[in-house]
Amino acid sequence: MTAQRILPAALALALAAAAGIGACPTWGLSAVAQEAVKPADAKLVVPIFMVREQREVALPLSLLDLPPKDDGVAGGQLAVNDNNTTGRFLNQEFTFEVIESTKPDQLIVDVSAKIAAGGKFFVVDASNATLLALADAIKGKDAILFNAANPDDRLREEDCRANVMHTAPTRTMLADALGQYLIWKRWKSWFLVAGSLPEDKAYADALKRTAKRFGATIVEERTFAYDPGSRRTDGGFEQVQQQIPTFTQGAKAHDVVVVADEGGLFGEYIPYRTWDPRPVAGTAGLIATPWHPALELWGGTQFQNRFRKLSGRIMRPLDYNVWLAVRAVGEAVSRKKTGDFKEVMAYMQAPGFDLAGFKGIATSFRSWNGQLRQPLLVATPKMLVSVSPQQGFLHQTNELDTLGVDKPETKCKAYTTK
Amino acid sequence: MTPKMSHLLPMLAATLVALATTDAQAYRAFVSNEKENTITVIDSEKLEVIKTFKVGQRPRGIVLTNDNKTLLVCTSDDHTIQMYNADTYEYIKNLPSGSDPELLILHPSGNPLYVANEDDNLVTVVDVVKGQVINEIPVGVEPEGMGMSPDGKTLVNTSETTNMAHFIDTTTGKTFDNVLVDNRPRVAQFTPDGKQLWVSAEIGGTVTIIDALTRKIMTKISFDIPGVTKEAIQPVGIRITKDGKKAFVALGPANRVAVIDTATFKVEKYLLVGQRVWQLAFTPDDKLLFSTNGTSNDVSVIDVETLKVVKSIKTGRYPWGVVVAP
Repeated sequence: MTAQRILPAALALALAAAAGIGACPTWGLSAVAQEAVKPADAKLVVPIFMVREQREVALPLSLLDLPPKDDGVAGGQLAVNDNNTTGRFLNQEFTFEVIESTKPDQLIVDVSAKIAAGGKFFVVDASNATLLALADAIKGKDAILFNAANPDDRLREEDCRANVMHTAPTRTMLADALGQYLIWKRWKSWFLVAGSLPEDKAYADALKRTAKRFGATIVEERTFAYDPGSRRTDGGFEQVQQQIPTFTQGAKAHDVVVVADEGGLFGEYIPYRTWDPRPVAGTAGLIATPWHPALELWGGTQFQNRFRKLSGRIMRPLDYNVWLAVRAVGEAVSRKKTGDFKEVMAYMQAPGFDLAGFKGIATSFRSWNGQLRQPLLVATPKMLVSVSPQQGFLHQTNELDTLGVDKPETKCKAYTTK
Repeated sequence: MTPKMSHLLPMLAATLVALATTDAQAYRAFVSNEKENTITVIDSEKLEVIKTFKVGQRPRGIVLTNDNKTLLVCTSDDHTIQMYNADTYEYIKNLPSGSDPELLILHPSGNPLYVANEDDNLVTVVDVVKGQVINEIPVGVEPEGMGMSPDGKTLVNTSETTNMAHFIDTTTGKTFDNVLVDNRPRVAQFTPDGKQLWVSAEIGGTVTIIDALTRKIMTKISFDIPGVTKEAIQPVGIRITKDGKKAFVALGPANRVAVIDTATFKVEKYLLVGQRVWQLAFTPDDKLLFSTNGTSNDVSVIDVETLKVVKSIKTGRYPWGVVVAP
C-alpha cells in the first residue's frame, strides 16, 4: 500500500519536473525537482547563470530603441532551449538563472555562493570595474565569466583576465568591420564627430586606429560638446534641424561623416542634417554590429523566428552575445559529453572548437585573450548592407583576425602565462 | 500561387511539340530558384533551358514521385508542398507539410513523404495519396538533411543547430539513435548498398561517414584547396554513383565540387563550378551531374566519366534544389 502510494507521487514529481524542462526555459528549476530527475536516469545537469549589473543608462533618442527589460536574458533563454533540444538526445540538461543587482558587492556574494554550490558558467552584463572585481574575486575557482556586453578593448588587453572570455565584439573589431566596408566603397576621407563621454572617446580612438590600419584619413575631427545633465539637444526637431548643419559646417572635404556616440546622446541626429550631403557611419547611420534583427542569411530566418516566438520581440545584439556564450557551453558539453570544468574549458579554448553563429562561417575563441572572433554585420537600421571581413582583407591564419587587435599586437598576458 | 491556366496553355503546347522532337535519351533537370519562385527545366542532351515556370514562394527541396510523373516542391514561405505535373508543368495541388518545409524525401515504395520542417524541430510524415499528415517526429533544432536507406527502413534527418544525425525507424516513426556530427549538418546520403551514411557539415567543413549498422563514426573527410580559405569550404550536397565508387560533394562558397574515391575516402579532384554550390543531382544513367550555384545564378554540368565541367547553364535567381527526370 505504502509503496503504491509513494510511486505515483514520485512519478508526478518527476513528470512535473520534466514538464518544467520542456515547456519553458527552466527558470531556477528547484533543487528538489533536479534531485527527483537525477537518480532515475543520471542526467547531467549544467546550470548556466546570467549576471546583470543593473546600472543607470541614458534613455536612447529614439523611442524604437528603448531597451526591453529582458535584453540579453531572452537570448540566454533561447540558447538554453537550443542546448536542451540537443541535450534531450544526450541525457543532458541545461538550466538558466539570472542573478541581478545594482550593487557590485552583492553580485560578487551571489556569484560566489553559486560557485560554492557547483556553478561554473556565468554570462556577465556589467561595467568594466564590476566585471574585473568579479573576475578577481573568483580567481582560482573552477568558474568562467563570459563578457557578453562590454566592448572595451582594455578588458581583452591590459586588463585581461584568464577567467574571462568575451562574446561581445570589441570596439576595435566593430571599427575595423565598418572601416573595411568604407575602404571597399572607396570612402577614404573621414570627418570624425565624437561625443565627450569616455566610451565615445574610446570608440573614436578605435576609428582612428582603423583609419591608420586600412589607409583612410581623418581629415577633420570635432567634439560634439553637450552636458549630459541638461541634454543640450533636448527639445524638438526645430532646434536639431538648425543645430546639426551649423555644427558640421565648413569641414574639410570628406567622403563620409563617422560618428562616435556610444552614449547615444546625439548620433542619431546627424544623418540627413549635415552641412555637406554626405553619408553617416559609426554609431549612427551605417553601423557595425554583431547582430541585426533583419538578418535572414545562413539559417538566420529560423533563428529570428525562434527568438520572436519565445520573447515576443526582435533580437538585439546583447541577446545574440548571450546566446553565443550559452551555446558555447552547450556545444562544448555536448561534444565532450561531460560537465567537468577543466575538460570543457580545454576543449572550448583549443584550436578546432567551432561555434556556428548564423554568420555563414564558424566563430571561435582567440587563444591569446579569449575573445570570440566572428564576422560582423554592416547595416542600416532596417537592412543588412554587408558582412565584414571584406574581400581582399587578408590574414595569414584566419581572416576574422583582420577585425580587432591581432595576436602580434596583444597586451594580454593572463592567457599565455596561465 | 497557382499559375493561371490560360497563361500556361500556349506554352504547354509548344513544350509538347518540343518534347516530341527530342531525342529519346534526353533527360530533364528541374532546378528550384529560391529567390525567383520559379522552376527551370533543362534538357540534358541539348543542355539548354526548355522551360521556366512559376511556383509558390521560396522553392527549395524538390523531388519526383516514383513514376516520375509528379514534381514535389517545398515552397518554404508558403508553408506547403506543391505538386506539379512533371510533363505539362501544370499545378496539381498542395500537400500539407508543416511549417517552413526545406528538404523532403519519399519512401522507396513511393509513399509516404518525409519533410524537414526547419522552423519547428519536426520531421512531418505525409501520406501523398491521401494528402494528409500522418505523423510528426520531434528532432533537433533546424532539421534539414533527409537521407533514406535503400531498404526504406531507416530515415535519417540532420539538425543544423543540434548538430546531429537522427536515425528514425520508418515503421515506428521513432528516433532510435542520434549521432553527433560537425557543425551545421546539411545533407545525409546513404551509400547505394545501405552500409554507410554520409553527412556533410557546412560550418564544420567536413563529411562524416557513419557505419549505418553500428552508427559509429568510421571516418571524417576534410578538404584542402590551395588558395581557398578553410572557412569558405562548406560541404552541402552529396551524391554517390549507383555503383558506389565515386562520391561528389558540393563545397558551397569554395565554388568547387569534390570528387571522392569511396574505397579510400580520398579526394581525387576538385571541379571548379559556379558560386556557392549547394545541391547536386545525377542524370538517371549517372553520366552527368548537375550542380546548383546559388550566387552565380547557374547550374554547372559535370561529365561524370571524364570529371570535367562541360557547361554552365543560366537559371533563375538563387538556384537551390535539383532533380532529374528520365
